[in-house]
Amino acid sequence: MLTNKIFIKKTRLGGVMKIVREHYLRDDISCGSMACVKNCQGLEREPLEESPDSDSSLLRKSHYIIPDTNVVLHQIDVLEDPSIKNVIILQTVLDEIRHRSAPVYKRVTEMISSSQKHFYTYCNEFNMNTYVERKPGESANDRNDRAIRKAVGWYSSHLKDAGVLVLLLTNDVENLKYALSKNLNAYTIYDYVKSLSNKTIVDRLANPLNQSISDKNKVLFAEHLGMAEIQKGIRSGKYLQGTILISRENYLEANVSIRDKDQMVFVQGLQNLNRAVNDDVVVIEILPESEWSCPSSMVLAEDEGKDEEDEENRGLNDSEKLIQNKVPRELRQPTGRVVGIVKRNWRQYCGILQPSILKERTRHLFIPAEKRIPKIRIETRQSDALASKRIIVAIDSWPRNSRYPLGHFVRCLGGVGDKDTENEVLLLEHDVPHSNFSEAVLSFLPKMPWTITEEDLKRRRDLRHLDICSVDPPGCTDIDDALHCRSLSNGNFEVGVHIADVSHFIRPGNALDQEAANRGTTVYLTDKRIDMVPDLLSSNLCSLRSGVNRFAFSVLWEMTPQADIISTDFTKSIIDSKASLTYAEAQLKIDDPNASDNLTKSLRGLNHLAKILKKKRLDNGALSLASTEVRFFVDSETNDPIDVQTKELRETNSMVEEFMLLANIAVAEKILKEFPDNALLRRHPSPPVSNFDPLIKAAASKGFKIDVSSGKGLADSLDKAVVPENPYFNTMLRIMTTRCMMQAVYFCSGMLQPMDYLHYGLATPIYTHFTSPIRRYSDIIAHRLLAVSIGADASYPELLEKTKIQSLCNNLNYRHKMAQYAGRASVNLHTHLFFKTRVQDEQGHVLFVRKNALQILIPKYGLEGTVFLNDEGQKTSSLFVYDEEMNTQTAGNVTIHVFDPVIVQLSIDRSNVQHMKLSLKLVKPEIPGFSVPSVKDTSTLSTQEPVGKSAQKKRKMM
Amino acid sequence: MAGMELLSDQGFRTDGRKPNELRRIRFKKGVFKQADGSAYLEQGNTKVLAAVYGPHEIRGSKGKALHDKLLINCQYSMATFSTQDRKRRPRGDRKSQEMTMHLKQTFNAVVLTELFPKVQLDIYVEVLQSDGGNYCASVNAATLALIDAGIPMKDYVIACSGSFVKDTPIVDINHLEESTAGAEIIVAVLPRFDQIVFIEMNSRLHEDHLSRVMDQVMNGCKDIFNILNQQVKDELCKKAAIDKLVDAG
Ligand SMILES: [Zn+2]
Repeated sequence: MLTNKIFIKKTRLGGVMKIVREHYLRDDISCGSMACVKNCQGLEREPLEESPDSDSSLLRKSHYIIPDTNVVLHQIDVLEDPSIKNVIILQTVLDEIRHRSAPVYKRVTEMISSSQKHFYTYCNEFNMNTYVERKPGESANDRNDRAIRKAVGWYSSHLKDAGVLVLLLTNDVENLKYALSKNLNAYTIYDYVKSLSNKTIVDRLANPLNQSISDKNKVLFAEHLGMAEIQKGIRSGKYLQGTILISRENYLEANVSIRDKDQMVFVQGLQNLNRAVNDDVVVIEILPESEWSCPSSMVLAEDEGKDEEDEENRGLNDSEKLIQNKVPRELRQPTGRVVGIVKRNWRQYCGILQPSILKERTRHLFIPAEKRIPKIRIETRQSDALASKRIIVAIDSWPRNSRYPLGHFVRCLGGVGDKDTENEVLLLEHDVPHSNFSEAVLSFLPKMPWTITEEDLKRRRDLRHLDICSVDPPGCTDIDDALHCRSLSNGNFEVGVHIADVSHFIRPGNALDQEAANRGTTVYLTDKRIDMVPDLLSSNLCSLRSGVNRFAFSVLWEMTPQADIISTDFTKSIIDSKASLTYAEAQLKIDDPNASDNLTKSLRGLNHLAKILKKKRLDNGALSLASTEVRFFVDSETNDPIDVQTKELRETNSMVEEFMLLANIAVAEKILKEFPDNALLRRHPSPPVSNFDPLIKAAASKGFKIDVSSGKGLADSLDKAVVPENPYFNTMLRIMTTRCMMQAVYFCSGMLQPMDYLHYGLATPIYTHFTSPIRRYSDIIAHRLLAVSIGADASYPELLEKTKIQSLCNNLNYRHKMAQYAGRASVNLHTHLFFKTRVQDEQGHVLFVRKNALQILIPKYGLEGTVFLNDEGQKTSSLFVYDEEMNTQTAGNVTIHVFDPVIVQLSIDRSNVQHMKLSLKLVKPEIPGFSVPSVKDTSTLSTQEPVGKSAQKKRKMM
Repeated sequence: MAGMELLSDQGFRTDGRKPNELRRIRFKKGVFKQADGSAYLEQGNTKVLAAVYGPHEIRGSKGKALHDKLLINCQYSMATFSTQDRKRRPRGDRKSQEMTMHLKQTFNAVVLTELFPKVQLDIYVEVLQSDGGNYCASVNAATLALIDAGIPMKDYVIACSGSFVKDTPIVDINHLEESTAGAEIIVAVLPRFDQIVFIEMNSRLHEDHLSRVMDQVMNGCKDIFNILNQQVKDELCKKAAIDKLVDAG
């Protein structure tokens, strides 16, 4: 039976408390090899191949690789190379990685679950043949190294007769020495990788971590303090810990946001920054007050560095060394210097190679696209091939004698300016997880063909007889909501909102769920959609398409004709949508006087109720704010944008929106009642009154008074601010209002007081997201909470723990913010591609007047751009005089106010390869010496039928 | 992420067991000479001592006596050194009182109480070392002590615990699993009757999962029963053989 195995007890000393845990050792763990002749009773199909081809010149025989922990941690890019296969990951190694780096752990587990890589996890700690006990006085590290060597030894003898060797890869000198003395095959990863016939993989090697500093004179930076000293210093208050944020304008300046305090400390100069990279957790020491400084107003990017020969041995130049400029006392800010690093938050960076004069040299500088990241020194033999390519590089270390951090090449993305490459860059730079779903994730998808079982039917309310339809933008394939409305015999209406039942398919805690939780949201780029869940779910099984049976989570109301709610009911259901309509099609049905079918009646009922609901909501003080959404028409062959349009809104858009809001609020109330401590909600804090100053000032210039004391007052005064001769005036005011708002965020109800739950924009005391579970993870959690509260599904520990929900919310907020930025960056990218071959004059309006620039809104494209009044390059004083009081710019006899109509010329500024910019030049009003002559639009617009690529879905992000 | 992983991707629990595997069980009957019956039992690192006195005359107030059956008196306690942080009160706290009640309820269901009207039976259980599953080990130890004392019973009572981790039912959970996993189910059964005499669940578990966990726990009970029964039988046979030898000699 099960218990008669051999037992050894393992004792672990944790802190001062002695914790005794049992540890069972077994004899039934398979070696995982197809070649095994020892009859390991293991899996049906072992992952390690029977006779893997050897590619190494070090040993020509078939072999498996066993890397130690540091090799996996630091050389994960090498292991991920497709040519590296048949690797044994020991449990000892996997456990250590789990504790030391979550991202690397994730990458390793993905390789283990991939059938291409032939990775196998050997549970050596549970095997009686490979377990080793820690000796008295032995460090945990030494013990683990010994355990690894023991496992390698076991494998060697176990597979002796099978004709496969195992070899240990380690970079630890001691470990290597011991292994060789035991007659094991062991190499450093450097020797092994260099022995492979695939030569490009060498570039993926990370630099050795501990390079000794030979030349004492070359030390550029102060030493970082050790952990013990840091902790002592923090306790005594001598040092402060925080996250470093390098300035976007000036790479020599940074702020450190101090942990647990609402405080920023300024750091200036490369030596004071002391090798801290943006986002690192650092420890700083405050300088004496006499040395305090303040941000210089200089815009400073690292120079392109053309003098190559100097570059190699470059020290710090004068400005980098920080000249002690006398800063007036009143401007001084608390200033510090970095003395230690608690945690590096290095990631992989996109960028380009700095062009090099000497072609044959292997050492190169890499320029990251993110301006806050320093240049990185890498070694590559492919510099010719990589010129004018976007590449990815990882940082390995930053020794004291190096001006730049040292890193290694990871992979090449493609040519600069190529659309796919640029899309990839913006996804990477916005930290959007977008790799293909791993096999582990896909393994949790339902098996096809998917059928509905008797059991399913028993648990769901059958709503297939109802005239349900969905209304979405054209081309939408991930339909997460559908609606219906019918008259009841008592004169009331039954209204149903049916939401895709995603939580039925995504079960808590499995790989699919974890992946979705990490992604947080589907990301919509202009021509591409990065799904949160695999396509089978998003476009098929979950999508509420017409003509097929689908599972839904339904909210059903009984409403009076005055849209007063009599009752609300939640149920898991099964529906059969009668039509997938576009907004335009739905609108046509409603407006068609001859149509009187059930579906049309249903739509009319919905539309009727929605109008009343909307009025009630607006009367209540909800804001309707303008946001311009752009839609690109794309050439069907080149996929380049040929025209841009702002999206038009129909009655049916707001009809759908109204019911989604209603459903979200109903669910929020229900789950909060059931789970007062751990409901996932969404709040939109009311902005501080001072946020509205620019709006009030701008409106006042046209003689309007904006009441910001309440949402209701704001909504009303915005409605009244209309100038007949300028139809965009009101829109611009609303755009400005949007800028004054706070960000709406997800949160866990148990972390805040009920008064803080408020959603300001929607004027509702409580709100959540329920209606888009296919593309938002927040909605999946809302579904799970609702399902538990109506007894339709099980809860699980993480769902009931408020700290877990809150940390999930933090990730979702981050992902949503990044998704928005990525979306905007994608619109910019397409704008750039659109104007690549064009120079065009367009009508615009002044949105903001700034000290040195005008912010212009171009309604035709929904674009905003900046006209700089004093050219950045020219140091000559500007023609313009800025009047701060009146908020105007005057040049000669021309004065420019907010809201003034202007004509601007749009073109692309190519001066920086990595950062192309849309450049705006003033055409009208004419200002001699500043404005440019108008161009006839010479570019021929394609006469092709516009192809509406509509990856861009509706963004109901309130 | 770096928290405890109760069930690894390779299908092992933190102590190296598979989901359906029990901890090691060792026991010895008749460890005290003063008691009428006694047993010492280990389930992994949970170690329990049980002693049985009686049946004997009612102690204290005679009014407690039941006219038609045996009065079972239980006392559950934990040694001050049994847990990581030393306990202040070995017994009498709420948890111990609750456990005492549960034990009483369990054994009332299995001892043939109607054979001994108006008298009393004492069952004392002391947890010497605690690493999860205190109730289960106590029940199993007390069963052995009752057998040792020769008290007539319908069957063994066997108790076992279970939980649900990563969509997998796990059996005989240790302290770490008790404190980090979700719901814990404790069941006491009469193995040869397939009859449940006690069941407790400490938090919510969906009914879909319940039957799977229950099946696993019931299997656990069977396994424990087989282990206990085998050794008890072996010892009896050995004793019988020795007795025979003595008789023959
Ligand atoms: Zn084998």
